[in-house]
Amino acid sequence: MRENDTRENDVILQTVSKIAVFIILTFGMYLFLSGHHNPGGGFIGGLTLASAVILLYITFDLETVNKGIPIDFKMVAAAGVLLSTLSGLGALLFGANFLSQSFAYFDLPLLGETELTTVVLFESGVALGVVGVVVTILINISEDV
Amino acid sequence: MSFLHLLIVFPIFAVAIIPIIAKAVPRLHLGWAILAVPIFLFISFITFVPQISANETIAAAISWIPALDLHFAVYLDGLSLIFALLITGVGSLVVFYSIYYLSKERESLPHFYSYLMLFMGAMLGVVLTDNLMVLYLFWELTSVSSFLLIAFWYRRRKSQYGAQKSFLITVGGGIAMLMGFIMLQVMSGTTSIQEIISMRNSIQDHELFIPALVLILLGAFTKSAQFPFHIWLPDAMEAPTPVSAYLHSATMVKAGLFLVARFTPVFGGEATWFWLVSGVGIFTMFWGALFAMKQKDLKALLAYSTISQLGLIMSLFGLGSAALNGGADTDSVVYTTAIFVGLFHLVNHSTFKGALFMIVGIIDHGVGTRDIRKLGGLITLMPITFTLAVISSFSMAGMPPFNGFLSKEMFFTATLTATELSIFNMDTLGVVFPGLALIGSIFTFTYSTILVFRTFTGNYQREKLEKEPHEASIGLLISPIILCSLVVLLFFFPNQLSRFLLAPAMNGILPSYAGAEDFIPHIYAWHGFNTELFMTLGVVAGGFLLFKKYNLWKEVYDLFPSRISLDNGYRQILSISESTSNRFTNFYMTGFLRHYLFYIYAFLITVVGGTLFITGSFVLNTANDAPIGIYEALLVIIMGSAAVSILFTKSRMTATLLNGVLGYCIAIFFVLFRAPDLALTQLVVETVTTVLFLLCFYHLPEWSKEDRNLKVRIPKIIISASTGALTVLIALSVQGNRLFESISSYFEESYELAGGRNIVNTILGDFRALDTMLEVVVLFIAGIGVYTLIKVKAQDGGDSDERK
Repeated sequence: MRENDTRENDVILQTVSKIAVFIILTFGMYLFLSGHHNPGGGFIGGLTLASAVILLYITFDLETVNKGIPIDFKMVAAAGVLLSTLSGLGALLFGANFLSQSFAYFDLPLLGETELTTVVLFESGVALGVVGVVVTILINISEDV
Repeated sequence: MSFLHLLIVFPIFAVAIIPIIAKAVPRLHLGWAILAVPIFLFISFITFVPQISANETIAAAISWIPALDLHFAVYLDGLSLIFALLITGVGSLVVFYSIYYLSKERESLPHFYSYLMLFMGAMLGVVLTDNLMVLYLFWELTSVSSFLLIAFWYRRRKSQYGAQKSFLITVGGGIAMLMGFIMLQVMSGTTSIQEIISMRNSIQDHELFIPALVLILLGAFTKSAQFPFHIWLPDAMEAPTPVSAYLHSATMVKAGLFLVARFTPVFGGEATWFWLVSGVGIFTMFWGALFAMKQKDLKALLAYSTISQLGLIMSLFGLGSAALNGGADTDSVVYTTAIFVGLFHLVNHSTFKGALFMIVGIIDHGVGTRDIRKLGGLITLMPITFTLAVISSFSMAGMPPFNGFLSKEMFFTATLTATELSIFNMDTLGVVFPGLALIGSIFTFTYSTILVFRTFTGNYQREKLEKEPHEASIGLLISPIILCSLVVLLFFFPNQLSRFLLAPAMNGILPSYAGAEDFIPHIYAWHGFNTELFMTLGVVAGGFLLFKKYNLWKEVYDLFPSRISLDNGYRQILSISESTSNRFTNFYMTGFLRHYLFYIYAFLITVVGGTLFITGSFVLNTANDAPIGIYEALLVIIMGSAAVSILFTKSRMTATLLNGVLGYCIAIFFVLFRAPDLALTQLVVETVTTVLFLLCFYHLPEWSKEDRNLKVRIPKIIISASTGALTVLIALSVQGNRLFESISSYFEESYELAGGRNIVNTILGDFRALDTMLEVVVLFIAGIGVYTLIKVKAQDGGDSDERK
């Protein structure tokens, strides 16, 4: 997020970030998946993932990160909103109300009996929406600098 | 989800695949692919004809938001079927016509067909739904798609003006209609139109009955371009001609007529309804025809003629509603004929007016102008077009052997019968109707002859034409040929139409008459030498005279000075409301953030604090509180000192970090009170916000010692102190007041109900998923807002005045 010419000596920050980003990303995914029974969920998971990306942008400059992660976060936000809205429509096909969620237990190989639920789709939409919006806002404000 | 539901949403889903087709097959004219949609729909609706003509109706519903009585309910009866066939039938012809009319190279076809399909779906929704609110939704959607289509050539100033005008007027009427619908719902307790019809007698004496009636009529009049709201239709002619043929003559402008017909069983028989519908209708018929003769542009002439014809049908619906006064009996069955004629003419009008618009499009396309002062003598150059123009114009003028003759004669009959009514003062005032009908019809004959003879006969002036005139290609001609053959066919076989479509529609509009004798009249082309025939002869003679002696009486129009015209009034209202709202907005939008915060908090303190104070809700009850632990006390001390220190910091950085201390302490509070989800959220949000703050520093001015005089500071101190105090008081009062049992025990069963053990998340994702969804949408809108504020700067030299 800084200009190339005013580069400071931030070797420590960069080294730590390279590792920390993966820890935060893993933690974010964990939060997202554990949200059904334990603390976590789409919103927190999304925010945590977003903060990992933001850490990257703070540590390295915009151009470097954009080269490494060539994702348009506006599209991520739009896809998230679309996903969470459309996931509600699925219920209509089964005669249920808009946004009704359902769940069932399946016997999956390796995992044993596992609960699968449609709320995951909805929550992924929320998470993507949060990541997209937060990163878009931060990138744009910093690009304006 | 029934077949009917699928038919409604089919064109709207087609919009989604239009860009894919356009990308996949760039060499194909998109119209060919789209043509399948209306043809499929038309055939599907045809299959309903046997059922409907046996006087069955089809109903189905999907519940949408049952708590609000919102159901996507569909209802198909004769009336809806007539409209559905018109929408899809004329729609097919228009799409076919547009393939040859719109150039693939020059026009943005994906946009055009997307808007057109959107309109088709919306219009089908309007005529097929049984739920008031869903009807309103589709109603406004037709206004939106009409707006987009009028502004299709959006760089033209006149297109912008016409689109805005039509949108303001029709949506304004739509909102009035919504209010009427809400009143109906209040009166009847239901949003189903069919249920409201069956409750007619119990709601008739309600005090909201007349207001609801007037408001719903406002919606119908604005949409169907009735006087004085007709002014949007001529400006809407800036749309491409296929759009004018489709939306602004055959379908959308008839939505108002549909609404009137649909609600006739509810409001019909009421004097207000009778006089408003028939009076406005007949006057519109006269007014539209009067101004149609003056037009120099062929499309403008057709626009005014459409206004006039819509008024004619409207007045028939009004006259026919008298039959419902005081219940149905065998004597009043004769008045129902008016509604029958209205429906008949509605179909006829769609055929000949659709054809006429296409013909004008052909002339415009082939010659390069629509100005009748430049046209003339095209008869030898465009013989087929000329023939088609003769058929459709003379049908409009009410001449045999075309369908317009039948409905025009029956229109005279209906106005003459209406003078025999003994109610609504019709015995004295009733003579107005045949009188205006006769004058209007004479004018109609005149402008129909102007249309044909000024264009096709007279002097051929090559030098005034932009292109070398030539007969149109066969592709452009097929659609008007089909419509013109319908014009002739309906003259010879009108009773087939009546049996399969008009009769079921009549049973739907006037259910109390269903099965009565003479309820469905037999249509005759020849019924002896009676008043109607003499009226028609008078129309021909008078109309021809007016046409020949146009120069002698054209000064009549100088009686209407342009300074006080309705158009001018519309512009005045627009500019006055614009300048007033500008002045009002500038009065409080000072540009200082502190002023805005001042408004917001002052409002909060007055309204919330005031309410709580007046109702005596400030209760401090510490009996149920848990004892304060050592960690909590420590946290409070930390937070307090951080908050106070902010006031005395010298740099922004310090202030932000101290603010962050407050946020993190709240997170620790959440941990202490065992709310891990909230604590996690708070921690991450606090982190991201701090980063945002630091970024925004770049844009902020130097942190300077601001004006420290007391006049500025005292209000600030008062506002901030009372906002803080109010928040604390509310928090304490919430604990002190226990108005009802906590509902949290319900959510404790989250594992059984939603399969999740985390109550917070099951609430977010399942129990209250709609809230979460809308929050995500709001967040997204905020994100787009930030993006556009920063990225989308004003073009050409950075002028950021958005009111351009």
